Amino acid sequence: MLEKKLITKHIGVIDPKSIFEYLRLDGYKQAERMFDMSRMDIHDAFETSKLRGRGGAGFPVSIKLMAMAKESTQPKYIICNADEGEPGNFKDRYLMENNPHIIIEGMIIAAYATGASKGYIYIRGEYDKSIDVMKEALQQARQKRFLGENIFNKRFDFDIEIRRGAGSYVCGEEFALLESIEGKAGRTRVKPPFPTSKGLFGKPTLINNVETFATLPTILEIGGEAFAKIGTPSSTGTKLISLSGNVKNKGVFEVPFGVPMRTIINELGGGPLEGRKIKMIQLGGACGPVIPEYMLDMVIDFDRFEEFESKTGAGAIIVMDDRQDIFDVLKRVSDFFQHESCGKCTPCREGNLHMLKTLHKFFEKTATEKDLSLLETQARVIHQTSLCGLGQTAPTAVISSLHYFRFSFLKRIEDRLEEANYAEN
Amino acid sequence: MELEKVLERFPKEQTYLIEILLDYQKSKPTQHLTENELKEVANYLDVPESHVFSVVSFYSFFSMEPRGKYIIQYCRDVPCHISDLINVKETLETLLDIKTGETTEDQLFTLEYSSCLGQCDGAPAIRINDKIYRNLTKNKLQMVLAEYRGDHHA
Ligand SMILES: Cc1cc2nc3c(=O)[nH]c(=O)nc-3n(C[C@H](O)[C@H](O)[C@H](O)COP(=O)(O)O)c2cc1C
Ligand code: SF4
Ligand code: FES
Repeated sequence: MLEKKLITKHIGVIDPKSIFEYLRLDGYKQAERMFDMSRMDIHDAFETSKLRGRGGAGFPVSIKLMAMAKESTQPKYIICNADEGEPGNFKDRYLMENNPHIIIEGMIIAAYATGASKGYIYIRGEYDKSIDVMKEALQQARQKRFLGENIFNKRFDFDIEIRRGAGSYVCGEEFALLESIEGKAGRTRVKPPFPTSKGLFGKPTLINNVETFATLPTILEIGGEAFAKIGTPSSTGTKLISLSGNVKNKGVFEVPFGVPMRTIINELGGGPLEGRKIKMIQLGGACGPVIPEYMLDMVIDFDRFEEFESKTGAGAIIVMDDRQDIFDVLKRVSDFFQHESCGKCTPCREGNLHMLKTLHKFFEKTATEKDLSLLETQARVIHQTSLCGLGQTAPTAVISSLHYFRFSFLKRIEDRLEEANYAEN
Repeated sequence: MELEKVLERFPKEQTYLIEILLDYQKSKPTQHLTENELKEVANYLDVPESHVFSVVSFYSFFSMEPRGKYIIQYCRDVPCHISDLINVKETLETLLDIKTGETTEDQLFTLEYSSCLGQCDGAPAIRINDKIYRNLTKNKLQMVLAEYRGDHHA
């Protein structure tokens, strides 16, 4: 079996609207059991699991948990990042709509492990259904006294509130997200300090992705060591893959790390559409690299993805077949970032606008060699000098294309010359 | 709904600002916020008016111009774009006889674009108020619009 269902094992089996069905499959058992474990043992489990964040950056989860646990300032906050706005990603929506209680259970575990008393789930405003399902699930958990005061009849208080986004991609960036929950425009902060020491309302705050929280109950269930045996040495456990684009079966699939992308596309995705060939994929979403078909044997692995200098680890694979024009794709990607830039710093605000113009020239076949070097400079400057992850990763698609599809750029310039010659004669 | 009624449901804390604005705007048939309303919200939360204005102008969900009863948002990011065989944008603009950003004369629809709706496995997708429509064809779009038009006349 290619799929390995740890955090999606309930999906399709239980009614997500019923806490009883989740309970019937041993739901909330790990949260309850945890109260009889020492905090040290809980942290040990997470450390040995080598779990890395599922929101894109792949930061070791136990380091953040430990840093939070050590803070003595109260109150402390837990935030579940459900802003999922990266084009091509929909796995957090899939989890929220289909398995809401596993996310809540994970947040309770994180809260107890770090001594936090209050949690927030920040859900993008476009996810109306996720918001409804999560709200209902929170209500049910409260009724069962898994949330609120003295949860599980233990001397521990923890409750969760939902906050909605209002149509801004950058609010998924952790500092922008904090600003948004505080009732402000979502403009990032200069770091350090990091959220674990000075986060929401200036208090210690742990921010993790939906899928990250959803993985915590499994780690307590099977133990850190067993978890670390799944996947690859540098990327343990399973990953939810959002597969979209020109394939037969689009959807979310849970696979162990280390599976080649080609296998995912062909076996789970059913391969390209009839009579078509895959030309390229975009990995991770708009912020990720565009890579050619011949690289599809690359396996899903954080370290392997690092060479692209982008946060491609959120697990999106956007498949594009031989009908697609790379310049049309790059233009869309660039347009997305230009639209979503918060405007706080110049390289991102102005740079993306200029880069889009240059890309347009390639699309229209009016680009010259000068435009090629201009594009290279623009991409590099935006990447290196932008303040937050949005600007830093905005040119990833362009930078990777310049590398892997250089021929296409040169061809466009040639096309222009030929067309010009033709017009002259 | 009156603004007061919405405000009553929230503690007087700035953290609820976006929640308040979202709920209130949604309750208005014109789906927009006025200067006076923003002042009232600022007053209630005891924050500067300028702060509320800055928030409203930052988030794309908020509008200070009246909009239609139904806001249609189409997605134009890569996964939708490459699965879009009907050109959803143009089809909608033709069917509604307006351009993106405009409102139909009967004040029923406003057409907007949205960044990825997280429905890429059902591309192309649109959102109408709080409902999602996936795997769109021309036929389906026509039917959906007819439904909303009917609902309005009923
Ligand atoms: C522009 C931008 C958008 C982001 N959007 C999200 C998001 O929607 N969801 C998410 O979990 N992380 C997002 N991140 C990453 C977060 O900043 C943060 O790294 C993450 O929530 C940490 O959780 P994890 O360690 O569990 O992955 C985004 C980062 C940037 C720079
Ligand atoms: S990089 Fe872009 S999104 Fe990030 S702070 Fe600068 S302008 Fe805002
Ligand atoms: S790209 Fe359209 S829903 Fe994701």
